[in-house]
Amino acid sequence: MSSLSRDEVARVAGLARIDLTPAELDRLAGELDVIVESVARVSEIATPDVPATSHPLPLSNVFRTDVPVATVDRDAVLASAPAAQDGKFLVPQILGEDS
Amino acid sequence: MSADLTRLSAAALADALTSGEASSVEATQAHLDRIAAVDGAVHAFLHVSSQKALATAADVDARRSAGEELHPLAGVPIAVKDVVVTQGLPTTAGSKILEGWVPPYDATLVEKIKAAGLPILGKTNMDEFAMGSSTEHSAYGNTHNPWDLDRIPGGSGGGSAAAVAAYEAPLAIGTDTGGSIRQPAAVTGTVGVKPTYGGVSRYGLIALASSLDQAGPVTRTVLDSALLHELIGGHDPRDSTSINEPLPDLVGAARLGANGDLTGVRVGVITELQGEGYQAGVQARFDESLELLRSAGAEIVEVSCPHFTYALAAYYLILPAEASSNLAKFDGMRFGLRVIPEDNPTAERVMSATRGQGFGDEVKRRIILGTYALSAGYYDAYYGSAQKVRTLIQRDFSAAFEKADVLVSPTAPTTAFKLGEKLDDPLAMYLNDVATIPANLAGVPGLSLPSGLSDDGLPVGFQVLAPAKADDRLYRVGAALEALLENEWGGPLLGRAPELETR
Repeated sequence: MSSLSRDEVARVAGLARIDLTPAELDRLAGELDVIVESVARVSEIATPDVPATSHPLPLSNVFRTDVPVATVDRDAVLASAPAAQDGKFLVPQILGEDS
Repeated sequence: MSADLTRLSAAALADALTSGEASSVEATQAHLDRIAAVDGAVHAFLHVSSQKALATAADVDARRSAGEELHPLAGVPIAVKDVVVTQGLPTTAGSKILEGWVPPYDATLVEKIKAAGLPILGKTNMDEFAMGSSTEHSAYGNTHNPWDLDRIPGGSGGGSAAAVAAYEAPLAIGTDTGGSIRQPAAVTGTVGVKPTYGGVSRYGLIALASSLDQAGPVTRTVLDSALLHELIGGHDPRDSTSINEPLPDLVGAARLGANGDLTGVRVGVITELQGEGYQAGVQARFDESLELLRSAGAEIVEVSCPHFTYALAAYYLILPAEASSNLAKFDGMRFGLRVIPEDNPTAERVMSATRGQGFGDEVKRRIILGTYALSAGYYDAYYGSAQKVRTLIQRDFSAAFEKADVLVSPTAPTTAFKLGEKLDDPLAMYLNDVATIPANLAGVPGLSLPSGLSDDGLPVGFQVLAPAKADDRLYRVGAALEALLENEWGGPLLGRAPELETR
């Protein structure tokens, strides 16, 4: 299986929306390469006849009765937000200048 | 009697409160005093909630003197791992990205604790977002093992285990995704239980890996774990993976086990979780405990779980994959840290800067690993294969439980190592959970209890595993072994820990 290059780590960190310093990239690339090589051995026994398990116990859909229940207090939620205005979360601009 | 109150088990303290021998205010104050005296050195707590704890205690005392019928644990103080949300108490999950966040709601298990009248002493330290086996990945400093302050208390729930081991709390809450309750219990000489997946509500836990996470008790005795497990467990409509059935009689099983008779119980020793890679003293204590079980009437059989050797690899794909998705919510928009780069940035750049600054090394490592394992072109080879290994491990458990009522192994391959020793070698750190991870992948319950001291004088853990929804078997076998061992030792193992300096 392919090894994890520094460029690949930078690309994946971008997908994960995590800024990394050049020093962090150097270190993570080396560490992740070792880890990926080690965990890749799962493919040795994962033959096509084995079904995948996503969940420890068998479950079917779980529903509740459709009745209104109390929600979390809005002011309490906004009190811990980085910024709020007019009873809403205040966030940076979503689109760039050129969009 | 205030100094003695911190040395009692939760069950004994509950009796003292019920009989009027002591008040909850006295018990709570005694634990707060103990925290003030030793937590400077141990650092089990990230936040101590003295006033609220004492107010709860006073309320319980008043209701008790008015003759009100109370929960058996009412007035017994408890510590809660900082990954569990607590209304009005700061909750950080050990991360800078949540510094100062005060949740607007309680986890279901916290609601139950509050309803039963247990004073919450505070929030305990942990590896950031529960990623780690030593609590060294906390953004708020190391927790120190009360047996040797230069050593790790295990992780991720090192704070809860150390608090209980240092007599700062008789009870604590932990969470176990790959061993974060059981491995800290092993290295601190305490008891910890990971219930069956779905046995305790996950509502209000800050999710690490949703298909693996499970909250459970951290205590000094097996009976105390059963009492706390019964309090926090049971169905919760707010967690759709919660098991909609009553819990087995856990306290009854612990009391039955304490008579030390295991006649007819089949105990399976897992071939793959012993021998090579296990410290000699760890293996020796394990073998001695097996002999004790045999002397109590248990039938010891050897069982092979051949796919367990792939469990660690599968776990370090499934966990990072789920974590990378769960931790996407830390985007600097609705709660926690927001870092704004220069020149009128977009939300996307704010998000990247916030996560770059707010997450620690291990969290970055695992999110990137998980994102990679889920990314186009690699999904089948990594995540898909790991899910198949999960099936094979479940089949191993099913086959093993045909031959045995419970399975046993050492909880961790070594005793507590020195702080810093494995910090630069992520793979070596991951190996600490080699014996605890299979239970999480299969959803089955597990318990760790102290089984003696290794050659280095540090505690060793003995793990008991049971089939899903048969958590009562953990308590019967655990309580029996505890009784047999304490009979040999002449008292609890923690009694041999060095006294901490107080100030």
